[in-house]
Amino acid sequence: METEQTAEKPAELEIREMMLNIGPAHPAMHGIIRLVVNLDGEQIHDADVEIGFLHRGFEKMAEEVDYNGIIPYTDRLNYVSPLINNMGYCMAVEKLLGISVPQRCHYIRVILSEISRIGDHLTCVGATAMELGAFSVFLYMIKAREFLWELVEMVTGARMTVSFCRVGGVKADLPEAFPGDCAEAFKEVRKVIAESDGLLTRNRIFVDRMDGTGIISAEDAISYGITGPFLRSTGVEYDVRKDCPYSVYDQLPFDVPVGTRGDNMDRYLVRMEEMEQSMLIVEAALRDIPPGEVLANPETGRPIPAAQMVDLAKMGEIEPISGGCAVVGPTLEGSGRAQRSSIAVDEKRVFLPPKEDAYGNIEGLMQQFKLVMLGHGLRPPEGEVYFPVEGANGELGYYVVSDGASSAYRVRVRPPCFAIMSALSMLLEGEMLADIVPTFGSVNMIGGELDR
Amino acid sequence: MTSVLIESVTDRFPDAVSASHAYRGDQTVVVRPEFLLEIARFLKEDPALQMNLLVDVTAVDYSAFGKGPAPAFFASSGVAVKPSSQIQDEDPWPGPPEKIRFTVVYHFYSIQHKHRLRLVIPVEETEAALDSLTTLWAAADWLEREVWDMYGIRFNGHPNLKRILMYEEFEGYPLRKDYPVNKRQPLIGPVN
Repeated sequence: METEQTAEKPAELEIREMMLNIGPAHPAMHGIIRLVVNLDGEQIHDADVEIGFLHRGFEKMAEEVDYNGIIPYTDRLNYVSPLINNMGYCMAVEKLLGISVPQRCHYIRVILSEISRIGDHLTCVGATAMELGAFSVFLYMIKAREFLWELVEMVTGARMTVSFCRVGGVKADLPEAFPGDCAEAFKEVRKVIAESDGLLTRNRIFVDRMDGTGIISAEDAISYGITGPFLRSTGVEYDVRKDCPYSVYDQLPFDVPVGTRGDNMDRYLVRMEEMEQSMLIVEAALRDIPPGEVLANPETGRPIPAAQMVDLAKMGEIEPISGGCAVVGPTLEGSGRAQRSSIAVDEKRVFLPPKEDAYGNIEGLMQQFKLVMLGHGLRPPEGEVYFPVEGANGELGYYVVSDGASSAYRVRVRPPCFAIMSALSMLLEGEMLADIVPTFGSVNMIGGELDR
Repeated sequence: MTSVLIESVTDRFPDAVSASHAYRGDQTVVVRPEFLLEIARFLKEDPALQMNLLVDVTAVDYSAFGKGPAPAFFASSGVAVKPSSQIQDEDPWPGPPEKIRFTVVYHFYSIQHKHRLRLVIPVEETEAALDSLTTLWAAADWLEREVWDMYGIRFNGHPNLKRILMYEEFEGYPLRKDYPVNKRQPLIGPVN
């Protein structure tokens, strides 16, 4: 009697799909995004990804402000590695202008963008580990990121939204203590990476959740336009730094780690190895970087406070200030007349003069005004360019169109995680509900660049 | 400066290519809209090209090109950094399309051969529609949705052409040059 009943039951059971709405604000969704999944039991039948919650009209705003005014907006595209965004945008405009920055400036940009890349990967791996229950790894990695951000702060004066690059150069030279502090910070970061590696890579809980989940084939990844660590985890060796080298990446030794299976575990391993490679790049760059100009010694170089310099110049007393070095606030450190030639292109119509000239002589003052006044400013010739750099998540491209005016006619950002997010619904189909968390974590969605 | 890439497209589709240039080293071909799908398939499948990565799809609204408002009351006397003729670049930029409002811009890359190609397709405002590339690249899905969302250019054959960054109730196309930058369309709250 009983056996008959159980045999009949499956036919009578009504199978219903359950719709589950995840987000837009959800603790495991770092970023504002909405997933509508249809569940068959615990299995995901289909997933609908809805984006756009963080759309701030970057591309529209970029058409309104002048060329240098766009740089702070690029910071906010990816706030964990803003220096790479800065660099990509500046190099796109430099390509349009047909200018190239001094060698030392190239190295400074590369060093800082690699430091940012490590920070970005630390955040991604740390957050993924935290969502899978390894909270201590997250804290360790954020600690390591803090060491790197201290380096960034030391050079740029800010931690996240740095706005450090300029069209035609960078804001300031590296401080003297930088190489030493960098070595110290990397020692700590390596310690953290080794520690996290020990905690995660052979950890049963972590491996069970990461291994074999979120699998994508190389063909699919290419078809979706995916680049960066996500594509490399499938075994495709495409890295903009290697394949279309820009700046000085062709002179620096580094390897491109690739995975084999294209699952979450491979993406984790690729990111872990890329951090080490980035540190090797920075170390090699600090070895090879051409020396900067001899810094004007503030003791002997006749230091004059900037405000006093302005007052003297107003009264026409040029003699005491010519050849003197301006004592400026800490935000302008490293951008004086002495460092100018090694950090910026020698082109008056592109880059602001050092403060000594802006305060001290009429040519410098005019140069400053010609660049900052409304309707003047930087004016690239008519044309269109596309410039890709390797962002932390993949190819970050800027497509800039100029009509010869002082603001860009069109700025388009090719955000790396847009392509990855478009593949997310395909990635999730057929997986278990719990797999959303590691898969979404390894996507490393950055709302700023996704929605712009 | 004609490159192998441009040549192979021009040779194969002599009727389709209306212009080509390599301004600042970016290989670019300007093609007629009706040939888009055919050329895209050729780019993807030709063994010598193998442009397997659709990097980006975007559009430009050229209706305000060179017509920027004069800043304040003093005439703009800003100096162009260097006139194009002074920059070492053999290929001049041909300029925006004449009398055609939009261009849709495709960027392709070949992972095998490490070369890039830009496809520019001028699109009239009245019949702003192109063939969708979703049959060739899955990446085209979202990228084309974004172009539709921002510029109102249709893609025939797209499986799910709806807004992506803006909300469904949004009226107009925000990146068109005639959409005011400070216009607000709040769903809740006062309208300005």
